[in-house]
Amino acid sequence: MKTRPKEASGGCCEGSQAKTECCPPKAEAGPLRTDSVLAWKDTFAHLRCRVGSYRTKYLVKPGLYALGNPGKDSDVFVTANYGLSFNKLRAALAGLDAWILVLDTKGINVWCAAGKGTFGTEELVKRIFATQLFGMVSHRRLILPQLGGPGVAAHEVKRQTGFRVIYGPVKASDLKSFISAGYKATPSMRKVGFDIVDRVVLTPMELRPAMKGLVIFALIALVAAGLSPSGISWNGAAVYGFPLVILGALSVIAGAFLTPLLLPWVPFRSFALKGWLVGFVTVFVSGLFLDGPSSIYLDMAKYIFFPLASSYVALQFTGSTVYTGISGVKRELRYSIPVYIAGTVISFALLVAFKITEWGLS
Amino acid sequence: MRYLSNVSTLEYDHSKCTGCRMCTQVCPHGVFEMEGKKARITDRDLCMECGACMKNCAFGAIIVQSGVGCAAALIKGMVTGDASCGCSDGDDKTSGCC
Repeated sequence: MKTRPKEASGGCCEGSQAKTECCPPKAEAGPLRTDSVLAWKDTFAHLRCRVGSYRTKYLVKPGLYALGNPGKDSDVFVTANYGLSFNKLRAALAGLDAWILVLDTKGINVWCAAGKGTFGTEELVKRIFATQLFGMVSHRRLILPQLGGPGVAAHEVKRQTGFRVIYGPVKASDLKSFISAGYKATPSMRKVGFDIVDRVVLTPMELRPAMKGLVIFALIALVAAGLSPSGISWNGAAVYGFPLVILGALSVIAGAFLTPLLLPWVPFRSFALKGWLVGFVTVFVSGLFLDGPSSIYLDMAKYIFFPLASSYVALQFTGSTVYTGISGVKRELRYSIPVYIAGTVISFALLVAFKITEWGLS
Repeated sequence: MRYLSNVSTLEYDHSKCTGCRMCTQVCPHGVFEMEGKKARITDRDLCMECGACMKNCAFGAIIVQSGVGCAAALIKGMVTGDASCGCSDGDDKTSGCC
């Protein structure tokens, strides 16, 4: 007579080796409960996710949730365990009785997690077994967000569990129309948009990492400007260095905020070129207002370095857009990285030339 | 909005298509549409190489070298050899994208 392996020690259920074939995953203790109300606390949390590292901590417990009073025939909606994703979904389902199956995506949103594979076939299949979904519903259909597609192979899920994957619309807010149309999405529901609001909410997280670079640049610029044959001159640092720091800050704003904001209206398709142009215009316009000591070397360095800095920062935005592919970004990097390096070296050389003439005159 | 032309690695084998429509459902940029009983590519330059079509084509008709088009992750890869997007590990350099 076969006996089930003991769970105490050395059993197949130990650690990460646990396999469903060997011992079914421990059943979770019934479905969790949720509602479709977004409290001010949730809205505040969403804001914190948009501006800082709280985004990595805003997690939902993976598992099966009951929204309202779902029964055997209620729809099952699958989402990621990022709080923002979960909240958008449950709010969009207000008034419905439904099941929500939350996958463990390590707190990452659906689309990014699908790209990494954590919102994927394996995790979905595992979660279906772990939550005993077979017993909770009598039908065999799952509604997945369309953007889960890069991670989930619908035919594999069907083969392994019998559940048919129905890809819902891109946006949770279209779900009700999707359901009432008989699980049919209109072409516009299938397309991912990137309007001005979509872009602007992303900019705080573009500005933040760029700020670190700005601090390093500011220190170097102030020391270089203040350097004189008789040590560090505070006057030099203030007169020559301060305008450089301002220009550095403006370049960050040009690349991380203005370029995303004005994206469709800035010429060129390349993000490196878009960022360079916005940076160049920013440096030019600021030159009309910033009153600093003039030097041909310094001016040349400014027009070489700062538009390239803006370009570099704008190029980082490719990771946040909804339409840039890896092959295009690789091509951009191939052309732009050598230019960034050369530009920085030339700018530095011009700064040295400026210092030499300055010292020669004094 | 359009990105660079002629860079996408998307390849579609018309002869393997069975007309299941999955690619037309998962593509977020409408790259595939139905023409009669088979899918066809509308505009390859709209492809962002997310790989959803390939993943959901049970018949192997679509091949694309998918990946996340994130400059921060790719630059990190040039320096450290690991081009994975750092969105999940709280890495400040690349945590902005996701």
